[in-house]
Amino acid sequence: MLNTVFMPEIALMLTALVLFFMTLGKFRTGTVQAVSLVLTALTLVITFASLGTQGLMFYDVYQIDALSQLFKVVIVFGLFLVFFLGRDLVGIEEKLHTEYNMFLAISALGLMFLSSSVELLTILLSLEISSYALYVVIPFRRGQGRLHVEAGIKYILFGAASTGLTLYGMSYIFGLAHTTYLSELTEKLPVLVATQPLAVIAIILVMTAFFYKLAMFPMHFWAPDVYQGAANETTSFVATLPKVGAVLLLLRFIAVAGFDISQVTWVLAAIAVMSMVFGNFSALVQTDLKRLLAYSSIAHAGYVMIGILTADAMGMAAAVFYVIGYLLMNLAAFYVIYNIAPKGQNVTFDDLKGLSRRSPLLALTLLVSVFGMAGIPPTIGFIGKFMIFTGALHKGFYALVIIAVMNAAVASYYYLKMARAAYCAADDEQDAIVLPFGAKLMGTFFIVAIILIGALPQSILSAAKEAVSTLL
Amino acid sequence: MENYLILNTLNYPILSLLLIVPAVGALVAMFLRGETLLKFWGLAVTLVTALISLPLWTRFDQTTAKYQFVELRHWFPALDLDFVVGVDGISVLLVLLTTLVMPLCVLCSWTYIKTRWKEFIIVTLLMETAMLGVFVSLNTVLFWIFWEGMLVPMYLIIAIWGGARKDYASIKFFLYTFCGSIFLLVAIVSMYIKTGTFFIPDLMAHDFGFSYQVWIFLACALGFAIKMPMFPFHTWLPAAHVEAPVAGSVILASILLKMGGYGFLRFCLPMAPAATVYFVPLLLVMSLISIVVGGYLALGQSDIKKLIAYSSVGHMGFVTLGIFLLNDAGIKGAMLQMINHGVTTGALFILIGIIYERTHSREIADNSKLGMFMPIYVTFLGIFSLSSLAFPGTNSFVGEFLVLFGAFDKYPLVGAVSILGAILAAAYMLRLMQKMVWDDSDGHAHHGDDHGDGHGDEGGHTLFDCNVREFVQLAFLTVFVFWIGLHPTPLLDMMDSSIAHLLHQIEAGSVMPEAVHHGESHALLNNAGTWIKNLF
Repeated sequence: MLNTVFMPEIALMLTALVLFFMTLGKFRTGTVQAVSLVLTALTLVITFASLGTQGLMFYDVYQIDALSQLFKVVIVFGLFLVFFLGRDLVGIEEKLHTEYNMFLAISALGLMFLSSSVELLTILLSLEISSYALYVVIPFRRGQGRLHVEAGIKYILFGAASTGLTLYGMSYIFGLAHTTYLSELTEKLPVLVATQPLAVIAIILVMTAFFYKLAMFPMHFWAPDVYQGAANETTSFVATLPKVGAVLLLLRFIAVAGFDISQVTWVLAAIAVMSMVFGNFSALVQTDLKRLLAYSSIAHAGYVMIGILTADAMGMAAAVFYVIGYLLMNLAAFYVIYNIAPKGQNVTFDDLKGLSRRSPLLALTLLVSVFGMAGIPPTIGFIGKFMIFTGALHKGFYALVIIAVMNAAVASYYYLKMARAAYCAADDEQDAIVLPFGAKLMGTFFIVAIILIGALPQSILSAAKEAVSTLL
Repeated sequence: MENYLILNTLNYPILSLLLIVPAVGALVAMFLRGETLLKFWGLAVTLVTALISLPLWTRFDQTTAKYQFVELRHWFPALDLDFVVGVDGISVLLVLLTTLVMPLCVLCSWTYIKTRWKEFIIVTLLMETAMLGVFVSLNTVLFWIFWEGMLVPMYLIIAIWGGARKDYASIKFFLYTFCGSIFLLVAIVSMYIKTGTFFIPDLMAHDFGFSYQVWIFLACALGFAIKMPMFPFHTWLPAAHVEAPVAGSVILASILLKMGGYGFLRFCLPMAPAATVYFVPLLLVMSLISIVVGGYLALGQSDIKKLIAYSSVGHMGFVTLGIFLLNDAGIKGAMLQMINHGVTTGALFILIGIIYERTHSREIADNSKLGMFMPIYVTFLGIFSLSSLAFPGTNSFVGEFLVLFGAFDKYPLVGAVSILGAILAAAYMLRLMQKMVWDDSDGHAHHGDDHGDGHGDEGGHTLFDCNVREFVQLAFLTVFVFWIGLHPTPLLDMMDSSIAHLLHQIEAGSVMPEAVHHGESHALLNNAGTWIKNLF
């Protein structure tokens, strides 16, 4: 039994192991990337095959269910896209390419463990596996001053602080409920949340590490600096995969806190509102695209949180759907950024100018991606927002939805600014960007996926619904 | 649900085809090369769409208010979302207007657009799908998807092929309409939660409480008032019109502005009848301000496009005025006025495009004394200007007359004020015509001097008269000017039963028991008529 249900993790472990042995020798970037891609693709196939399996292992701390498997597929698929996107790893020191891929694989492995962890200490361990790999990877950057060092230090400090708070919260929970198993907490905590203020504080403290991963107010301060300081390919990882894992864990914890509207709900609502407002208004004035995407991701975290805090089937399925869409749209934006920065430098609005002439495909990908993030139909971003609003109104959070809607209107301005820059004329004539076949394929994939899932969302949405039904 | 629907009896899915043909045309255009091929492809696709739409006119059953040519498919079962399309007497005319205007948009861009034809054809065709989708959707979410999806191609049309301040204009257009319509989405979702359906006729039949209706009305009306545009939400329109390329202006004027009026008729009136009656005074005052302010602003413009843009604000004021009179003549007049505005203002923008291609200026002063050089052009200019100021015998006269008739019938003072708008329209259009056709105030026939370089006697100016392509477009629209002007009965017959049904819905809905229980609102309902009378 262990063999079959644990296969995805084993496959990804083997991938990391193979990459580890490759670090001992000398390989060209092409070889490293090819090996990573093939192994990740294999893992992806295995993970797909494991959809629908069920199981409980390692003294019941590790649960295989529809929710965890769906997220594992998303995580491995995201890892595959990140490898595929940074094909030459131009932003990373030449000699570190193998190590780089290894650490990304390990971080993804940590997230995979996280998806299945249903016990507090296991959650913490998985979280740390994923975080430590990233702490190492963020300063891997070639020739861009010392920004990346600052980014690395910020990421570690904030990470350590939020993990500390989470541990502190876990100690409270253990003290209150005398157990660390989520399944038992689900029975005990809702009562405590209703009667004991300490339980509310404990739940929020435990969630802190995931606010940090999700770049959610008030743990968002690292995001702009890390996005800006890390290499473009690293940012594409940091901006997407850990957030998927964080959403899953927040869903698990909201289930623990209980499905009724409680004080936890209101704290989360306040956090969501602050996240959206702070993220959107700060993004308005950014000129560096990665910084802008950092602030936009803070705002997106707010939208996802609205879905999570509704704590009913519709809202939580919406959050799952939203984060999948977010992953696709953000990776599409980073794909464009990676390809217009041949030396791995940061990209500003000025670099976008004339993009539609230099490469129509990149411009169209960016257009689809930003309109998706703005929530314009018929994209995946629209269905995500639509579902979230439906879920929240269903529970009666009218004010929250109206604030979110106003924020969407604010956000459309800076998304539009990106689209406009890509489609306006350049000040001086620049060379056309020649994309290799793989990159063209990837751009087309992003465009088709974002629009097609937006027009026909049924399959992914039903998968998301099935996944969250395991929580209810 | 079946009570409101007549399924499509044609042996092909006509409305789906209307949506699919332009979209597929856009997809194919991605793989075509060569400017000429793309131009003809765009023209062919829009013409085919227009041909497909013709049975809507011939096979339409005028005796019923039900939705016709309906197609029903399951689309998104998780939310009970169906793909439902259909037309009734209100939307069928707007669908036909769209399909007939779109070929002209390609034709009038033939030489005006000089770069990126591929992208132009793609966005124009996508635009057509989105606009038709808005008019045929019988599902609120589908409606909103098309409504919002339309913003992207329109934004691109302004942002890529626009004039000097295209950045400003395109962003302003996008943000304004986006802000308005996003509240519409909240209303749609909230109505779904209340009733469990997205199906428009079901929502119309549902009895919402009065206070709930007020919110629904406000959320919807904001989006529609911006789209209309009504004073004070009109400021995006002149910017967008002035900077948009000629096809963009035509689409904006002929079709996009109609969506506001259509939205009022489809959402606000039938779904929130009690709230509509409650807000009638406010909307009437806003309409009157639109009419008068639009007219005055148009009077002061020196840029032809701006002048027409402000005149649109005034004309659309007549439309909302007609709608919120809530009587038969008013709503019919408003509907007719929407069609007329589409024909006339569309033609005026085509005329501006023609002259801009020749003189590269939109200033009235730079385009004066055209009568000497372009007799055919000024003939059309005369016809459409007269139509725009509602000269008897032209199309706008009928629409405006019906609206004024409705106004005097219900609130004479409102009618009296709106007459002012008609007078202003005459003033600014006649001024425009006089300056462009005859005016010689700057003392010389400068076109010959500027471009002739001494060869003036050989006719070396650039002001060639209309060519065949331009003539065809204008002549086509002229037919409608006189047809509607002299014999509007067929159009009025088309909308007759639907509007009677709509009025019936409002009447039934606005005396509902809950509104009566609601003491305060009841008083205000009674006061709706006296309130407006006290204003003047």
